[in-house]
Amino acid sequence: MASVASKLYSDDVSLLVLLLDTNPFFWSTTSIKFSQFLSHVLAFLNAVLGLNQLNQVVVIATGYSSCDYIYDSSLTPNGNFESSGSGMPALFGSLLEKLEDFAAKDEELSKEEEHEDRIASSLLSGSLSMALCYIQRVFRSGHLHPQPRILCLQGSPDGPEQYVAVMNSIFSAQRLMVPIDSCYIGTQNSAFLQQASYITGGVHHTPKQLDGLFQYLTTIFATDLHSRGFVQLPKPVGVDFRASCFCHKKTIDMGYICSVCLSIFCEHHKKCSTCGSVFGQSKLDDVSSVSNKKRKAPDT
Amino acid sequence: MMSNQRKRLNGEREEDDEEDAEGIGEWERAYVDDRSWEALQEDESGLLRPIDNSAIYHAQYRRRLRILSAAAAGTRIQKGLIRYLYIVIDFSRAAAETDFRPSRMAIMAKHVEAFIREFFDQNPLSQIGLVSIKNGVAHTLTDLGGSPESHIQALMGKLEALGDSSLQNALELVHEHLNQVPSYGHREVLILYSALCTCDPGDIMETIQKCKKSKLRCSVIGLSAEMFICKHLCQETGGLYSVAVDEVHLKDLLLEHAPPPPAIAEFAVANLIKMGFPQRAAEGSMAICSCHKDVKIGAGYTCPRCKARVCELPTECTICGLTLVSSPHLARSYHHLFPIAPFDEVPTLSSLNDSRRKLGKCCFGCQQSLLGAGNKQGACVTCRNCKHYFCLDCDIYIHESLHNCPGCESIRRPKSVSLMEE
Repeated sequence: MASVASKLYSDDVSLLVLLLDTNPFFWSTTSIKFSQFLSHVLAFLNAVLGLNQLNQVVVIATGYSSCDYIYDSSLTPNGNFESSGSGMPALFGSLLEKLEDFAAKDEELSKEEEHEDRIASSLLSGSLSMALCYIQRVFRSGHLHPQPRILCLQGSPDGPEQYVAVMNSIFSAQRLMVPIDSCYIGTQNSAFLQQASYITGGVHHTPKQLDGLFQYLTTIFATDLHSRGFVQLPKPVGVDFRASCFCHKKTIDMGYICSVCLSIFCEHHKKCSTCGSVFGQSKLDDVSSVSNKKRKAPDT
Repeated sequence: MMSNQRKRLNGEREEDDEEDAEGIGEWERAYVDDRSWEALQEDESGLLRPIDNSAIYHAQYRRRLRILSAAAAGTRIQKGLIRYLYIVIDFSRAAAETDFRPSRMAIMAKHVEAFIREFFDQNPLSQIGLVSIKNGVAHTLTDLGGSPESHIQALMGKLEALGDSSLQNALELVHEHLNQVPSYGHREVLILYSALCTCDPGDIMETIQKCKKSKLRCSVIGLSAEMFICKHLCQETGGLYSVAVDEVHLKDLLLEHAPPPPAIAEFAVANLIKMGFPQRAAEGSMAICSCHKDVKIGAGYTCPRCKARVCELPTECTICGLTLVSSPHLARSYHHLFPIAPFDEVPTLSSLNDSRRKLGKCCFGCQQSLLGAGNKQGACVTCRNCKHYFCLDCDIYIHESLHNCPGCESIRRPKSVSLMEE
């Protein structure tokens, strides 16, 4: 882990990696249309690029069945205006094209899966991992590089099967000192995003009025890391770090942990359902153990 | 300036300028330490190019990974996740030797500090204690505890090297402490030994047998030369013995002990440990903190059993003894339980097959171009599950820090019973 001092480029140059949620199952249930949402986001990206000449933006789409890179501002040297020969130059033309292609491919892949009753989650762990690999590449490029951060624009609910992968990404981001900001536009609360922002030192916010999304984005999420010390940003409130038990999925504040696989149970069990180890029984006769030797009453 | 001209007249060229520091000019001083011409090689056509360190680094990394995965061999090896580790540092007069700059003690202290931080990062539920050997007697610097700062403060407190070193006294002391540890914990000792002998009051072989019976896993890192008694100790108790050749090697050897070791199968007892998950206290609430015995306002955690206030997690409640953790602490150890498979190397001579079409030009993780010189396919690796291609640097980052394959995480898996659901 390199020290922060050697990585300073200039105080306020930032690299923003935006993780855009394109889950069609979520977007079919919202009040705001995806095209309106996209216009807010594109204006925000332009604002970030306008804040400093050296700022960079990378967009990764988080789909339902796949994730992919959509846009990288360092690869378009002529700025974002591409003229198609005649007529008005298209702003972010390549971004929109690639997003369309991505959405079409994602839909193809989604047809093969069966649909669930509730709104399905998107592949947040995949896009987080890709963002971290890209940021690691930026760190490798030498001393002169912008300060990276990740912004998750997410609306889909958390997928519990991604818990381990998301936590791994969060800890890796913490070691690299990359804050993960999150803007949650869905209806239920996202525990993953709250924990991500809390652990990595980013900002988490749930905007109340989605038609003013651009205002939330520019006032809260556009500030670079150095300037955050001077600006009042939403503080983390009520991040719940309690665990939920594996047997009933209810949140507990006192429980039992299997010493082999760290599974959490709310009541005493004879056998661990995850790793199959029987509790309180050693394969060798334990002469030095002080607690009782009866198999039926494992003691902690 | 005069002295420089004198040197040139004589036609002498001094390679080693260290003794003659006043006689060289400012521009020459820059080359005393940094001999950049030594880092050059000739390639096939006789042109100069710098030594390609990245290929060597990656080859070393892949060798390490192959050894590890060969040992695992497809079976899930149980790892000791809740560890109680004592670090024994030899502060006998051999530690004042200056073969490691500035001295063995200073280097040991510096790297042990880095090791302690890394250890708590990878094993948040574990505890460390420090023991030092001075004048033939072993002293406990700190008791078993889970807070890195207190250990580092005690270590850096007084660094002095005196007297003889006694391996048996250290083992006896550590054995006494570790016997009080609960049975589900894995008992380990890491000894940093710089002396070449040990002055013991009794029979060290008996002590070694005692340690073996108490399931203590002793590892030794030597700083001078290999010793039979250290090797015997490690073999008997199932630990690792290694001798450091220089500072960088010492750091690598120390950090090898940070990830959890495989558990000794016959001794692994599975137990249910009662733990509490405290909630964060409300902003502005006042309470007397049980660790500092002082009034604190706001941030802190409330023990769910006795409602005492503690400052940080993970810790043991000082009032009722309940272990208090938060779910991210448990999650830090999950990647040891679900490791990802190593990636396979892609053979570079397959340019004639149609596999080049499927290769694509960029690394899936970081979008770096995979083409080497002359638009040929450069070195890359592939994941056997998702079949995506990655560059060598992403390979190292994914396996050492991230523990997720971006390709596998970007595919929707069909609904199957997942082991870890929260």
